[in-house]
Amino acid sequence: MARLISEINKAALNRELFRRITREKVNQDIGPERTTWQNLKAVFLSNKAALCCLIILVIIIIASLCAPLSPYDPDEMDLVNKMAAPSAEHILGTDEMGRDELTRVLYGGRVSLLVGVLSMLVSVIVGVFLGTVSGYCGGKTDVILMRIVDMFQSVPSLLLIIVIYSIVPPTMTTLVFMLAMFSWPSVARIVRAQTLTVKERDYVLAAKTLGVSHHIIIIKHIIPNMTSQIIVAASLAIANAILDESTLSFLGYGVQLPKSSWGSMLQGAQQWMLYDPLLALVPGIFILLTVLCFNIIGDALQQALDPKLN
Amino acid sequence: MKKLLEVKNLRVSFHSYSGEVEAVRGVSFHVNEGESVAIVGESGCGKSVTARTVMGLTQCPPGEIKEGSEIIFDGRDITKFSEKEWQRYRGGDCAIIFQDALAALNPTLTVGHQIEEKLKLHGIKDKKEAYSETVRLLTAVGIPNPEKRYKAYPHEFSGGMRQRIMIAIAIACNPGLLIADEPTTALDVTIQADIIDLIKELVKEHNTAVIMITHDLGVVADMAERIIVMYAGKVVEEGSSEDIFYKTKHPYTRALLNSVPRLDLDEEKELEFIEGAPPDMTDPPKGCAFAGRCPYCMEICTKEEPPCYEFNEGHTAHCWKYHEYAEGLFGEVEE
Amino acid sequence: MDRGEIKDKERTKDKEEVKDREKILEVKHLKKYFKQSGKSVLKAVDDVSFDVYKGETVGIVGESGCGKTTCARTCIGMYPATSGEVIYKGKDISKLRGAEKRSFTKEVQIIFQDPYSSLDPKMRVGDIICEGLRAHKMCKSKEEYNKRAVELLEMVGLNPEHANRYVHEFSGGQRQRIGIARALAVEPDFVVCDEPISALDVSIQAQIVNLLSKLKREKELTFMFIAHDLSMVKYVSDRIIVMYLGTIAEITDSKSLYSDPKHPYTKALLSAIPIPDPKVEKERERIKLQGELPSPTDPPKGCRFINRCKFAKEICAREMPQLREVEKGHSVACHLYDEQI
Repeated sequence: MARLISEINKAALNRELFRRITREKVNQDIGPERTTWQNLKAVFLSNKAALCCLIILVIIIIASLCAPLSPYDPDEMDLVNKMAAPSAEHILGTDEMGRDELTRVLYGGRVSLLVGVLSMLVSVIVGVFLGTVSGYCGGKTDVILMRIVDMFQSVPSLLLIIVIYSIVPPTMTTLVFMLAMFSWPSVARIVRAQTLTVKERDYVLAAKTLGVSHHIIIIKHIIPNMTSQIIVAASLAIANAILDESTLSFLGYGVQLPKSSWGSMLQGAQQWMLYDPLLALVPGIFILLTVLCFNIIGDALQQALDPKLN
Repeated sequence: MKKLLEVKNLRVSFHSYSGEVEAVRGVSFHVNEGESVAIVGESGCGKSVTARTVMGLTQCPPGEIKEGSEIIFDGRDITKFSEKEWQRYRGGDCAIIFQDALAALNPTLTVGHQIEEKLKLHGIKDKKEAYSETVRLLTAVGIPNPEKRYKAYPHEFSGGMRQRIMIAIAIACNPGLLIADEPTTALDVTIQADIIDLIKELVKEHNTAVIMITHDLGVVADMAERIIVMYAGKVVEEGSSEDIFYKTKHPYTRALLNSVPRLDLDEEKELEFIEGAPPDMTDPPKGCAFAGRCPYCMEICTKEEPPCYEFNEGHTAHCWKYHEYAEGLFGEVEE
Repeated sequence: MDRGEIKDKERTKDKEEVKDREKILEVKHLKKYFKQSGKSVLKAVDDVSFDVYKGETVGIVGESGCGKTTCARTCIGMYPATSGEVIYKGKDISKLRGAEKRSFTKEVQIIFQDPYSSLDPKMRVGDIICEGLRAHKMCKSKEEYNKRAVELLEMVGLNPEHANRYVHEFSGGQRQRIGIARALAVEPDFVVCDEPISALDVSIQAQIVNLLSKLKREKELTFMFIAHDLSMVKYVSDRIIVMYLGTIAEITDSKSLYSDPKHPYTKALLSAIPIPDPKVEKERERIKLQGELPSPTDPPKGCRFINRCKFAKEICAREMPQLREVEKGHSVACHLYDEQI
């Protein structure tokens, strides 16, 4: 009664093929495993801008770490050769004291990057801790912590740091904490908002009905599910810390002489700006590149760590 | 009867990071004027993509309507439409109702405004006329106090009422074809029944053809004249409502029918279920896509695409089971 | 003997029968209100009483917003009750402390509706399954946890090799299996299934339902099965509770629910469910409900169903009908059956 109405390749058919076969095992294939590392690779390979930034940043970091290999001492003055133009001997020329500009910029990079990374770490740790506590506990804890955050955010931070520096001696350590003090509130705010949404998810409810304790819920469920937000906040915090450090050094409140940072180099260069713009341009470009790279890499990391996007 | 819509060998793919997803792989069917057709299948079988492509709503890219696909509406191939023709066609000749009415309505405009907007786009320019037509439409879809509700915003309505407003917008210009994409999935059963009744009534009144997209065979049992069953981007069985329900030919359709418990029967047997899950459409299997889950699987099924068999007028199924070589292998199958 | 006496006798007999079965959960006048912005109070569950017996499956059906999920979640202590009592194995759950509370969280579990949002995307499947085991320190060593994870994955029909994958790689049905494994890992006695199949495809639904009933038999579990799909609830449940706007309309065994519904709402609900059979469907007559579901912040006085009920009488507006047994094991809250009592 069945009538064939479509074309059929009779040559390919024989009775043998009409053998019943047992069904294959239940279809459980879920595709090959992709590790976080592979995700990172895939994202950086597909995102050319992020890859460039990563390479540039790695070069800056390695060069800064290798700064002592330079044949010049960053503090040694050579007044004969001051303000030299770029040459084979001094690739980026020399500054007003005859010091090698490249060597100084690399040594300055060590300070700027260290201050940036350390103050980011401090502010992320404090911000994540207070943010999750505030969001998870809610109620009075939340109100009090958030008002503190508001207070910190409504103070002109640079001005206050300058005031505090009139009492406290300006060292690297105080600089790190000073910068962290004003960057944790924005981290805490982002983290708290995210905690509020994550804690309402069904898997947190499920963990509660399984009798999982609150601190394990925070560590295992809440914080891992906001890594992407934390990374973005961290990359912004690093960038801001480097910028703020530069500003403070430029104003004379940051890293003290003879140590140099990108900001203090800028400060030194300002009076020679018209005469030798390269002196200001070099540290300026380093700051710009580093900050830009951190921001773009932060975005790429967020994409790589979010499994739903993959 | 005149064919209103004819889809021939429609193939649609989506390009994503993990490769090409072949959502629709050569679907052909037709809809006559004033006829109710249901496309039934599980999520990911390509039923919604088919309907949206007919409506011209498939975004390209990431979508791609493959070469050789034809969609002929009233004698014109719509895949070759210009933007202006599209505008006239969408909403004028062919309208769609979505599953999520809240997302489909603009929350910042009153419902009356949204219906009038549609009327204005398709010819009614006079303000007074548009207003009275809007009120008439609201009454037709069963909104109480239409004059008052005319000024209400979408969030002031319940889910069922919102779906009624969607229907009012869809039928505003008397389209020849109405596509209902899971119109009741998000609604409660009592409201679902009301909406289905409403669609049935309106369609009969205006002699509109309907394509009803659903995963629930129960919903279309009473409504559809013809049913098309899709699996993994292909049509597996097509036939009248009676053919599909009582003379089921394809193993997938049969499994689909048997995996739902019947409310009206007292049976204690275990539910029949289909093992496994639908195939990954980035790499569709060779031969029959259902082979891996089919209780009647033969070697040929994993190698060659199943041919199409016709059983009686308009009832077709794509399955190797009905080939002459397979005769006698499944004696128990025929009722 | 006149008829009244016979009835009395029957009733006492029924009570004796009921006594034989052990109650695992007793819900008495449970209320759960949610404060909303402004002064309004959402009465999600309003004075609900029922029992759950050991080893049975109780289905709760009702349309969205009827309070079925809130009711179940309050029963297992996920929400604190506004008033009323939930008694689990003879103890009021709001008074559990310390070790008793810990064992309650172990014995009572829930399977969630949405297999996508109920599993942590940042955790490996093995860790998700072992989460409860770890919380209750049920295994001694890491190897033992891994072994349990493999057993549990096999139990729900998943490939144990996938224990260290992340959930986003799995399909909806497979995810729901992971959710089931997680809930059953701690060896509970009472499991709430909160619409476990409504987010799944038809062909996968049957797989999950069959898996659940197999596990229920093997592990002697008690289920509370919430769904809006009456046909599936009827299939899996022994008894069914029909809820409407925060109250119970009817409680009966699953067979007589379809053959002999009492409450006008149940009748309307049943008639609205499509049957996949064109001939049956054409002959069926549908009871249409008038009007809309009232807001749970301002439910009607008297009977909750009054504005949509064809048979509403004057008493319905005045008095809220109480849930009363009209036949053996069949209770209904409706004034239409006043004379029968």
